[in-house]
Amino acid sequence: MRHLLTIEGVTRPELEDLLDLSDEFLNVLDRDIPKVPTLLGATVATMFFEPSTRTRLSFERAARALSADVLSFSPGTSSVTKGESLKDTALTLKAMGADLMVVRHPATGAAHRVSRWADLPVVNGGDGAHQHPTQALLDAFTLRRHFGKLDGLRVGIVGDIRHSRVARSDLQAFSTLGATVTLVAPPTLLPLDTTGWPCDTATELDGVIGDLDVVYLLRIQSERGGVSGFTSLPEYVRRFGLDDRRFRLLRDDAVIMHPGPMNRGVEIAPHIADHPRTLILDQVRNGVAARMAVLFRLMTPEARR
Amino acid sequence: MTAEPVMTSDDIRRAVHRIAHEIVERHHGTAGLVLVGIHTRGVPFARAIGAAIADFEGTTVPVGELDIGLYRDDLGRRSSPRLERTSIPVDITDQTAVLVDDVLFTGRTIRAALDALSDLGRAGQIELAVLVDRGHRQLPIRPDYVGKNLPTSIEQRVSVRIDEVDGHTGVWVGEGKGQ
Repeated sequence: MRHLLTIEGVTRPELEDLLDLSDEFLNVLDRDIPKVPTLLGATVATMFFEPSTRTRLSFERAARALSADVLSFSPGTSSVTKGESLKDTALTLKAMGADLMVVRHPATGAAHRVSRWADLPVVNGGDGAHQHPTQALLDAFTLRRHFGKLDGLRVGIVGDIRHSRVARSDLQAFSTLGATVTLVAPPTLLPLDTTGWPCDTATELDGVIGDLDVVYLLRIQSERGGVSGFTSLPEYVRRFGLDDRRFRLLRDDAVIMHPGPMNRGVEIAPHIADHPRTLILDQVRNGVAARMAVLFRLMTPEARR
Repeated sequence: MTAEPVMTSDDIRRAVHRIAHEIVERHHGTAGLVLVGIHTRGVPFARAIGAAIADFEGTTVPVGELDIGLYRDDLGRRSSPRLERTSIPVDITDQTAVLVDDVLFTGRTIRAALDALSDLGRAGQIELAVLVDRGHRQLPIRPDYVGKNLPTSIEQRVSVRIDEVDGHTGVWVGEGKGQ
């Protein structure tokens, strides 16, 4: 594996290898000294052309826990406002000594483009509505830690599927690992064509919620046009929000996940977000370990020769 | 590879028992001892030493396992490794940790193991037990307990096989560079 640009095409053994590594790195994070010298002297560049809290911090935490240095780029404080292109930014960071780049960009394929321009490993930190492979990895990792395995799990991904790179990536990872996925959304927020996708679709949450082991909630992405998919926010909350009534429909052992950022009171009732059966903070913690696994895999083989 | 092993499984069993006795003798018992096997083949040897001690001494010595993949100084010079489990059942702080490995060669694995162990706690003392010492050290490291000193040329390969990992047990010396 040279880059991690998409979950599509990543095999089950490759995913399981990364999850096994994540287990070991979670042990490292649990130590009194949560740091190992593995990538001492290497530099990870994070290049985020979209706002992000947890993904950027998570990658930077992962890099530092492996003793790598971090070069952090964001357009708000940079020459992008003077018109510097994605390509020039990538080449500049490489010239400054980056050994691996994490790229987030609103345009589909941006990380892929960077991987062609700069001769170093690239991790896609989210590109448009296309892919977010490390989110899929940390979600699969969280489910494997909670349930032991994904085989046979029934996962409902609920919300703005059409604009969600998380939904696409998670769907592929979960189904590769043996889970059954149902995409749940109003028709206007489902993808236009899901022919050939390894999933079912449903347009009402109430009809499927009682069968699910995992309710994976997404937020409405107003920045990608998500609000135009239904008549009003209250209507969305009424039909798809996880409130007390729907919570009681859940199986006793079902869990709730969310990639963040959450809109409390929209896709999830405020107090349910803090319920012990949500794995939302586990996802955040596991995300650091999963990203350590990715950095370790991409930076220790041929990459640093 | 030679057809005849330089150590048979009986030889290995006897060496493990002698090392077990030496450890207990040196420390006047088993109080404060922790055995730490280095993956892959140090782990079954550490367990075997622990079992021998339990057998003749009647006390249980905790046995841990250590993967040094995150502490190597040659990452990037070899293919990306798998990581095995690192797990030590007790806090090693102020204990006597005995590192256990199959072959002592350049000393670089032990250097990495010392770093890995130090990150898990501040042992009162760290010792080293190896089944085979084949020489050619590149670092100032020496073993405290040795199953067999095996003079080799640097070109030769020392192969330790153990039932739990390989399905058969013995030590062989062959031509072709390697451990």
